[in-house]
Amino acid sequence: MTTMQTPASASPSVPPGAPVEQVHAKVFGATEHLRPAPATAATPEQMKEWLRQMLLIREFEVRCMQAYQEKKIGGFCHVYIGQEAVAVGCTAAVEHRDPIVTAYRDHGHALARGMDPKHCMAEMFGRIGGCAKGKGGSMHMFDRDNNMFGGHGIVGAQTPLGAGLAFACKYMDEVIDGGTNRRVALCFLGDGALNQGAFHEALNLAGLMDLPVIYVVENNGYSMGTAIARGTTMAHSLVTKAAGYGIDGFVVDGMDVVEVHADMKRIADRCRETSRPAFVDMRTYRFKGHSMSDPRKYRTKEEEDVFEADDPIGKLQRRMMEAGVLAEDDFRAMQRAIREQVRDAVAWSDASPPPPLEELNTDVFLEPWGQYTGSTQPQMNGGTTNPPGFPTIATSEDLS
Amino acid sequence: MSALREIEFRDALREAMSEEMRRDKRVMLMGEEVAQYNGAYKVSRGMLDEFGPRRIIDTPISESGFAGMAIGAAMMGLKPIVEFMSWSFSLVAADPILNNAPKMLYMSGGQFGCSVVFRGNDGAGGQLGSTHSWCVEGLYSNVPGIKIAIPSNPYDAKGLLKTSIRGSDPVFFLESERMLGNKGHVPEEEYLIPFGQAAVIREGTDCTLASWGRPVHFCMEAAEELQKQGISCEVIDLRTVRPLDIGTVVRSVRKTNACVVVDQSWSFGSPGSELASQVHRHCFDDLDNYVHRVHSADVPTPYATNLEQEYLPNARKIVEAVRSATYNL
Repeated sequence: MTTMQTPASASPSVPPGAPVEQVHAKVFGATEHLRPAPATAATPEQMKEWLRQMLLIREFEVRCMQAYQEKKIGGFCHVYIGQEAVAVGCTAAVEHRDPIVTAYRDHGHALARGMDPKHCMAEMFGRIGGCAKGKGGSMHMFDRDNNMFGGHGIVGAQTPLGAGLAFACKYMDEVIDGGTNRRVALCFLGDGALNQGAFHEALNLAGLMDLPVIYVVENNGYSMGTAIARGTTMAHSLVTKAAGYGIDGFVVDGMDVVEVHADMKRIADRCRETSRPAFVDMRTYRFKGHSMSDPRKYRTKEEEDVFEADDPIGKLQRRMMEAGVLAEDDFRAMQRAIREQVRDAVAWSDASPPPPLEELNTDVFLEPWGQYTGSTQPQMNGGTTNPPGFPTIATSEDLS
Repeated sequence: MSALREIEFRDALREAMSEEMRRDKRVMLMGEEVAQYNGAYKVSRGMLDEFGPRRIIDTPISESGFAGMAIGAAMMGLKPIVEFMSWSFSLVAADPILNNAPKMLYMSGGQFGCSVVFRGNDGAGGQLGSTHSWCVEGLYSNVPGIKIAIPSNPYDAKGLLKTSIRGSDPVFFLESERMLGNKGHVPEEEYLIPFGQAAVIREGTDCTLASWGRPVHFCMEAAEELQKQGISCEVIDLRTVRPLDIGTVVRSVRKTNACVVVDQSWSFGSPGSELASQVHRHCFDDLDNYVHRVHSADVPTPYATNLEQEYLPNARKIVEAVRSATYNL
């Protein structure tokens, strides 16, 4: 984690076979020297859990890609492969009661937060067993019980929402409970969201109102097919954007879950203590395309190879094996168990029926009238029916 | 003597907010100039003194930011009231107010409701020009998932605003700068007005006039004039356009056999066109003539006084429409 940077000259072009540092410099700018995480930063139990979560996300996403090709998943689908250390390390660094919100590449966050892969997969299959009964889809994963406030499809839309989550955390302490819950909100965004007006308005409000929110920019170097420096000023030093709003910025190596956790823990503790927002330039890389229809013509195979060699899962696995806290057999067993879990999730989702047509007209209002027949909860939250609201008014049927 | 108490529209709004804030700590008010300035239109005058800066919150001119922030806070269970100085400014907050607030419950499969009230001035304020004179109900009533209240008088304003705040769904509450100083009867005792219940504010036999918000007053003016000409109008104040109390209008039209809809928004794809369509559907055999409509002219709002007056619905246009609808031309 580094807090300050000096501006660099324009990104150099990278010849084939160039050293890793040069490839990183081309994607992110030339200035960063990311410090390696100390070997003692995490316990074997923690690392084992993170490894399990990252493997789960990886396997889940591989199965998603398969299911998409089989046309079981429709619409847009953005997989998280390569970025697993970010969601896993960040959620591990905060408490379960801390709200999180993210953009449309959201399966990883939902799983890291504790959503059952069954409900996540069934949502994408458009089935009643999905976390939103098949009404949200891949880009809109919500899980109230796990304080996951979505999955939001419009780039940058979640950034004012993140400020609002933090506002509510603080308001509840100061006005309602008189308590000291001191929750912090985590708001994830991609580097493409840095150029949306909503993001800048959110940062200004967070800085102005001392909101305990951490904006984690999952900087994978590309907004869809546009390299960051082609669409964003000061791409080599994103923290300067936060500085303009009086918000402290940090650069974190998002390919190392131990480092993500260690740094985010410090940032979150500080945010909780001071009720001041933070901004994190989380350096990461998506190994696959922007969405399922992206042929990735805008970057080279060499570049992808360099980052894939930096795979966050392989890195943690090696670290644990070298430290003698993970045996080859244990790793294999973990992989087998996860494969089975995800296979089960796919089978469960296949078996889950499509939402009944009555679902078309539920969940429009909590207190509905007329043709809306009321609201129900998804299966994963117990599936209860809400009490009716105001008396209904005349419908077409009554009048005919 | 509370039955005789008369207060201004703006005071009715403030009473509604203050009463609900005393009742429920989850309610707070945010917006431009609502606190230290005491409200750009003095609606929130004195509220900072009573509730303090944690609950009456000045925001920068940043509609997209604070509208989204309010929605995030509502997802966590707070009940924010957001004041737009003008609904015209809500256009820069289109994504949060149209994509987040109305769709959150549906997209989350019923997990996250969004109890937030957006309120402010709507419609032509008087020579404010094109960009500041929006009737946003023309745009926003197209979107499912929001309730829209457009009161015409202080009594309704207070009752409907209390219902908006106490409810669980997102509400767009549309006021008019031109009516904030209007005085009307508002009792001391607490009352709420449910959504989707129109008020028949003048009974008549020859033609139904259906409207909401400020043009209701033009309808009353026109009805008075038409009475002198021997045409008896029934005037209905819809009070909310989402939900739309079609039943009350239909019952009236089945009696009068004629209908004029008066809507300040533009005519193409508007709440007025929706209401007219529904009346045609339900009163096909009852109508002696097609439903006539009076809207703002299909042009950007002009600045010059005479042009703006000609642009807006007014009593003269309504009289003409009623005479046409009742074959009295």
